[in-house]
Amino acid sequence: MSQEELIAVRKSQKQDLFESPDFYAIDDLLEEEHKLVRSSLRDFVKKEISPSIEGWAQNNHFPSEIVKKFGEVGAFGPTVPEEYGGGGLDYISYGLIMQEIERGDSGMRSTASVQGSLVMYPIYKYGTEEQKRKFLPALANGDMLGCFGLTEPDHGSNPGGMVTNFKDKGDHYLLNGAKMWISNAPEADIAVVWAKNEEGRIHGLIVERGMEGFSTPTTHGKWSLRASCTGELVFDNVKVPKENLLPGRSGLGAPLSCLDSARYGIAWGALGAAMDCYDSAKRYALERKQFGKPIGSFQLVQKKLAEMLTEITKGQLVNWRLGKLMNEGKATTAQISLAKRNNVEVALNIAREARQIHGGMGITGEYPIMRHMANLESVVTYEGTHDIHLLILGMDITGIPAFE
Amino acid sequence: MNILVCITHVPDTTSRISFTDNNTKFDTSGVQFIIGPYDDYALARAVELKEANGGEVTVLNVGPADTEPTIRKALAIGADKAIRVNAEPVDSFYVAQQIAAVIKNGNYDLILMGRESIDFNGGMVHGMVGELLNLPAFSPVMKLEIEGDTAKMSREIEGGKEFIEAKLPFIAGCQEPIAEWKIPNMRGIMSARKKPLEVIEPTDSVKNTEVSSYELPPAKGDVKMISKDNVEELVKLLKEEAKVL
Repeated sequence: MSQEELIAVRKSQKQDLFESPDFYAIDDLLEEEHKLVRSSLRDFVKKEISPSIEGWAQNNHFPSEIVKKFGEVGAFGPTVPEEYGGGGLDYISYGLIMQEIERGDSGMRSTASVQGSLVMYPIYKYGTEEQKRKFLPALANGDMLGCFGLTEPDHGSNPGGMVTNFKDKGDHYLLNGAKMWISNAPEADIAVVWAKNEEGRIHGLIVERGMEGFSTPTTHGKWSLRASCTGELVFDNVKVPKENLLPGRSGLGAPLSCLDSARYGIAWGALGAAMDCYDSAKRYALERKQFGKPIGSFQLVQKKLAEMLTEITKGQLVNWRLGKLMNEGKATTAQISLAKRNNVEVALNIAREARQIHGGMGITGEYPIMRHMANLESVVTYEGTHDIHLLILGMDITGIPAFE
Repeated sequence: MNILVCITHVPDTTSRISFTDNNTKFDTSGVQFIIGPYDDYALARAVELKEANGGEVTVLNVGPADTEPTIRKALAIGADKAIRVNAEPVDSFYVAQQIAAVIKNGNYDLILMGRESIDFNGGMVHGMVGELLNLPAFSPVMKLEIEGDTAKMSREIEGGKEFIEAKLPFIAGCQEPIAEWKIPNMRGIMSARKKPLEVIEPTDSVKNTEVSSYELPPAKGDVKMISKDNVEELVKLLKEEAKVL
């Protein structure tokens, strides 16, 4: 096989020709290991996600086999220490993993970030040694899928108002209530559930599939995140063994700390989706001809591309710096809010602009644009809405909470 | 079983190629480097053989220090240790002499490499190493199974396929579908940090070649599409315009 043929084979195996923009040579700020993490996940996405994602999303199908594959590549809980089956990597690596997966699809990234930041993280941070040994390795290698229950039908932006509760019955806890908009719920083996005790204090409980009175109805009819599964968690007098309580921390701060970690991943992930839209728009603008020349020759298309690249570059710098602060344990909730809020908005705007550059083609599954755009409409309000993150920043600036 | 896998550090297949210094040097700025795709197949098969039969995989690269990220990737994929011969890989014979010296000092049951590199595409190193060490060399090996001290291989030859049995040790230049490329996982990347990478100085070897200049292939010309029913037009164009008939 000649080199040309080899290249052709590589291209045909990987129709996905994505390359990430690096206008400010931010790669020079990364360690070699970070670049290897990124290239591995990029290859993984090109092999395991890109060839099928349009079909999964169009058919509203969650590919449950992806869970094991994510486990094998190490996308679950990469910052959890190796002794519990994690990768032992730093937060820049974690961010790059989320960037690359969401570059493929926000729903796929949701599956991975829920497992890592919202299930493995609280068990690792607040769980007993027995809980860590029992659950973390299986979650890390994808033998087990988890979900996180905080949001309720009547309590979204105000999680502290939750009504899900548990009572101490001597040898077990009795759990009642319901959670809503829970990623991974229909397929999950375990749920980390936040509920109030008899004194009204919030605690985390590990609820396992098969416990009597525990069900996970699927949420149907989504126009967004169609390749990931979403559902409810319903607890009807569920007897939860006492050893399933997370003893390390209680109060609203416990679930919110998990959200910090997940929102950090979203800041990177959303930028991945933005890069995919930009990359596709750039190629399309150079290929598509109108008036006898590529549409990229026209000033209004160049303006769109230039603004996309500007916002991506700024977002990359925000992510890199925030990653450094996370590594040093210095990142604040408000700093994470800034990054999550900004980067998701940037991504959503880029998806919309990219859609216009693609014209009619942009609404089809031939290109990833419309799928990213619809996905990002969820990402902009989940894990803290766009507005709530603004108010978190407002509170940080003035010291006055505007949401109470 | 101890397997040595020789890897090249080459520009990614999508790189834009240009030259500097009066067209005498390859311009590496902005170029992503990868493990040679054929070497990557050899490495993947070596890791599979190790997983099935036990033993150790050593990767070898002849190159300066900037090839180390590529070597680390090979370690992340599953090689156990690495050797870098600290020298510019000037030509096939020079590289073959360096590889042969490493093999002499080691105890390898099997030496795998790609059928050719994808930068200079010489495709000669496996044969030269075999000659230098008086070991059999086979290429392009597309299937490789080991049973005890014997290997069963298949190889593409003109007009057909050849099935070979050979006693270890030997040298094989590999190509697909010998194995599927492996993507390093996060645990592999972490463990690659701690795996040994030994740097050795080159042995005195002959350098037979010197590059006087490089040039890019001519740009692709325009394509004329002719309807499949219009053979006459095709013949006419081949005669009158392309002047190849």
